[in-house]
Amino acid sequence: MGKTNRMTNRVLTVVLGVLSLAWIYPVFMIFFNSLKKETSITTGTAFELPNAESFAGLQNYVDAVASKGFLTAFWYSLVISITSVVLILLCCSMCAWFITRVNRWYSKALYFLFVFSMVVPFQMVMFTLSATADRLHLNSPYTICIIYLGFGAGLAVFMFCGFMKSVPMEIEEAALIDGCTPIQTFFLVVLPILKPTLISVGILETMWLWNDYLLPYLVLDRTKGYMTIPILIQYFRGSFGKVEMGPMMASIMLNIIPIIIVYLAGQKHIIKGVAAGAVKG
Amino acid sequence: MEKAIKRYWPVFVLPTLAAFLIGFVWPFLQGLYLSFCRFITIDNASFNGLKNYIYALQEPEFLHAFGFTALFTVLSTLCINLAALAIALALTREIKGTNLFRSVFFMPNLIGGIVLGYIWNILINCVLTLLGKPLMALHAPYGFWGLIILMCWQQIGYMMIIYIAGLQSIPNDYLEAARIDGATEWQIFWKIKLPNLMPSITICLFLSLTNGFKLFDQNLALTGGDPAHKTETLALNIYQTFYGRSGAQWKGYGQAKAVIFCILVVAIGLIQLKATRSKEVQQ
Amino acid sequence: MKKRWLALGLTTALSLSLLAGCGGGSSTQSAAPSGDSDKVGSVYYLNFKPEQDEAWQNLAKAYTEETGVPVTVVTAAAGTYEQTLMSEIAKSTPPTLFQVNGPVGLANWKDYCLDLTGSDVLGQLTSDAYALKDGDAVDGIAYVIESYGIIVNKTLLAQAGYSVDDNKSFKNLKDVAESITARKDELGFAAFTSAGMEGTSDWRFKTHLANLPIYFEYQDKGISSTDAIEGTYLDNYKAIFDLYINNSTCDPAVLSSKTGDDSRNEFLAGEAVFYQNGSWEYGNLVGDGKFTDDDLAMIPIYIGAGDEANQGLCTGTENYWCVNKNAKEEDIQATLDFMNWCVTSEEGTKAMAEDMGFVIPFKAAQESPNLFVKQDAAYTAEGKIPVSWNFTTMPSENWKNELGTALTAYAAGTGTWDDVVTKFVDGWASEYAALNG
Repeated sequence: MGKTNRMTNRVLTVVLGVLSLAWIYPVFMIFFNSLKKETSITTGTAFELPNAESFAGLQNYVDAVASKGFLTAFWYSLVISITSVVLILLCCSMCAWFITRVNRWYSKALYFLFVFSMVVPFQMVMFTLSATADRLHLNSPYTICIIYLGFGAGLAVFMFCGFMKSVPMEIEEAALIDGCTPIQTFFLVVLPILKPTLISVGILETMWLWNDYLLPYLVLDRTKGYMTIPILIQYFRGSFGKVEMGPMMASIMLNIIPIIIVYLAGQKHIIKGVAAGAVKG
Repeated sequence: MEKAIKRYWPVFVLPTLAAFLIGFVWPFLQGLYLSFCRFITIDNASFNGLKNYIYALQEPEFLHAFGFTALFTVLSTLCINLAALAIALALTREIKGTNLFRSVFFMPNLIGGIVLGYIWNILINCVLTLLGKPLMALHAPYGFWGLIILMCWQQIGYMMIIYIAGLQSIPNDYLEAARIDGATEWQIFWKIKLPNLMPSITICLFLSLTNGFKLFDQNLALTGGDPAHKTETLALNIYQTFYGRSGAQWKGYGQAKAVIFCILVVAIGLIQLKATRSKEVQQ
Repeated sequence: MKKRWLALGLTTALSLSLLAGCGGGSSTQSAAPSGDSDKVGSVYYLNFKPEQDEAWQNLAKAYTEETGVPVTVVTAAAGTYEQTLMSEIAKSTPPTLFQVNGPVGLANWKDYCLDLTGSDVLGQLTSDAYALKDGDAVDGIAYVIESYGIIVNKTLLAQAGYSVDDNKSFKNLKDVAESITARKDELGFAAFTSAGMEGTSDWRFKTHLANLPIYFEYQDKGISSTDAIEGTYLDNYKAIFDLYINNSTCDPAVLSSKTGDDSRNEFLAGEAVFYQNGSWEYGNLVGDGKFTDDDLAMIPIYIGAGDEANQGLCTGTENYWCVNKNAKEEDIQATLDFMNWCVTSEEGTKAMAEDMGFVIPFKAAQESPNLFVKQDAAYTAEGKIPVSWNFTTMPSENWKNELGTALTAYAAGTGTWDDVVTKFVDGWASEYAALNG
């Protein structure tokens, strides 16, 4: 049995190896295409490595960064993701603590509403949400986090509640009896216990926020030129009167590279976070 | 304790609640109301009765989008979950390079829908060109399969992680006891692993079903609905009705479609919730 | 369960009352600044033409420097103007200046258009024909007149043994193109640049080329618009489109991913003799390292219909400025002033003529250095009759898109010409029906 087992394992390794090469190839393909000259990026030749004639060096990258506003888009994406994630983590964990510890009809109703909002598709509110955001001036990268807190609260509250139900109340009670205010209790006692969940919710929300397209596209104030990276990439198609494949590929790569770096650095947390999030959810 | 916390509700609940009202509750209710109106901006909405709904339910493109989305969701759910489960089983056998494989398969999840759409748009169109076949924008079946491939590439890793977590939580005693009793690997899979995986399976099914139904970014970037709305999912169809058409009537139609869409997705969610609940009771 | 619903209802009621308070607060806040009298307005121009984005930005900057009035120019990506306008018009600071493409576009937007009667800028128009009217109200004014046709690389044409004068009818054009195709390898170039059908540039065929069968049908019937097209000249449309795709630089099957850019690059690289496009392409074709005026010419698009000997270029406009009447009063005034400045001041007219390459139908217009524009004038002087732009009567963007898809499929061999005809004729009727729905 041991021998056949080792054999199957070896076969599996090879199969999985081939499969993971296939998994990486698309990204690799974008990479070498981003080094080609604009005119050499055509549908028929996307698989060809750049050669002496089509090689453009870093020209597309320079183009994307210098003239097509990649850096501003990157900055806005960063601001939006960070502010929103911090706000969501802080506010939603507090709210979830309240919901699980105050056992009244309104906390249940609130919980139900949050869960409901998690399922509702964005198209349902896309128009009215962007109108509301516009009216309340929540349409800049620095204020859009409030919209995200509102629209993204569902998932976060749901996950925090799921976790908090399983945390024993004794420590918190002891802290309160010792004279801590609920605020102190929350920050000194509850939040540290919550750390793994914070990480996992944070990761899920970041993955969503960094890549979200339609919400910022509709909400952000166009007259000020606010753009996130996904909006910029979509904008390459057809703006400036043409489809700019070169800078578009470069921007795609510039979008993927930080993701991959963050992923490689925090892989363990990310994978654990996703697994934990799913099991809780 | 409850009383103490309750008094602090403005600190704990109010920020989230206020944002939630702005970011969800109010737009939702307003959207519900607008689905019965003819409007371009909220200020000039005029009540229109059920006309929007009647139109939406008769529009061939919307009905086609519904069929397309349903078919896509079912097929992609099946493909993703079967493949993810298979890979998860392989990766829990302690073979060499498990961590590396896991990282690689999970990676596409971190890339956003728009970017994924363009990556695969270029790749699939190149394959089609080399094979001398019409491009995705010309032949709806290619667009459909392209979307399935794209979703598999993106989602398998995610579901795989959940399945691995599920498999690892099965107590080793069960498996060893079964092996000692002489059960084959096949029997172990059907009799022990699968039943114990049920919670993970429901989660994954739920996730891939809702992901499939709500699909937008990938669709927009991969095919944009071409040719002639034939590869349009519900979400994209609603968006196109809403913003792709000029004239006051279209926004009302779009909002009515969105409400129908919302009811559908929520219904799936509720059924799922019920299924998970009943499973929990059994355990 | 019942309890839960009750709870839901109560929460909703609570949230509504909260929101009502919050909405009220913000509206009083925003009302305050607009109450100030003598406030300087601002201009928000939603520009339709991506090619001219940079020129508009510069012009806006110049205006702001001169007058202190802020001008914001936002350009919608190609093919998304309606989408962008739809979402922008609903905002609290909507565009003050936008554009519609003609009577059909106006029907959708007339509730937002200020009646320009009596405004300074209207008085600057050279002809009343350039005003877009809804009843007695002037809702839009044309700001650019353009021509399109087939741009010819005269040098290559001479190499193939022909001259521009050999192309005086569809039959001539077909003979020339087919003879070039027959000798394609020997000559080293093709007759036509690729007819790029990619979604952002297929307007050259689904809109501009489709204008010709519509024009001739309207001419026959003596009408200027219809809600039921018959498609009497669709065979001619097929003939010219076939000519384009069968005598081109590439295989028709790959056209769906080709863009207008590819087409232009082929033309610039001397890979083809003919290139269907308009006067707005001048700046892209002539200049350092590109062509000179002597290399190029523009000829009418002959489709074998009507009086070919007297056919001119397709000349007209699909660009009408409209002022948003729902904007703040001071913004409306600022917008009218800006428009007037653009078409009367030295700097504005110069920018529009030179940087943007426009021929503007205003009294103070400067002469355009654009070769194609000059040619249009020459054709008209010879007594040729320009083909008017009737695609502004096409029922909707959706109609164009569906026609474009059908054309692309036909070119690639996955669809039939019958599909194109169906989209053209039946689609026209159903879209007009939906328009009035």
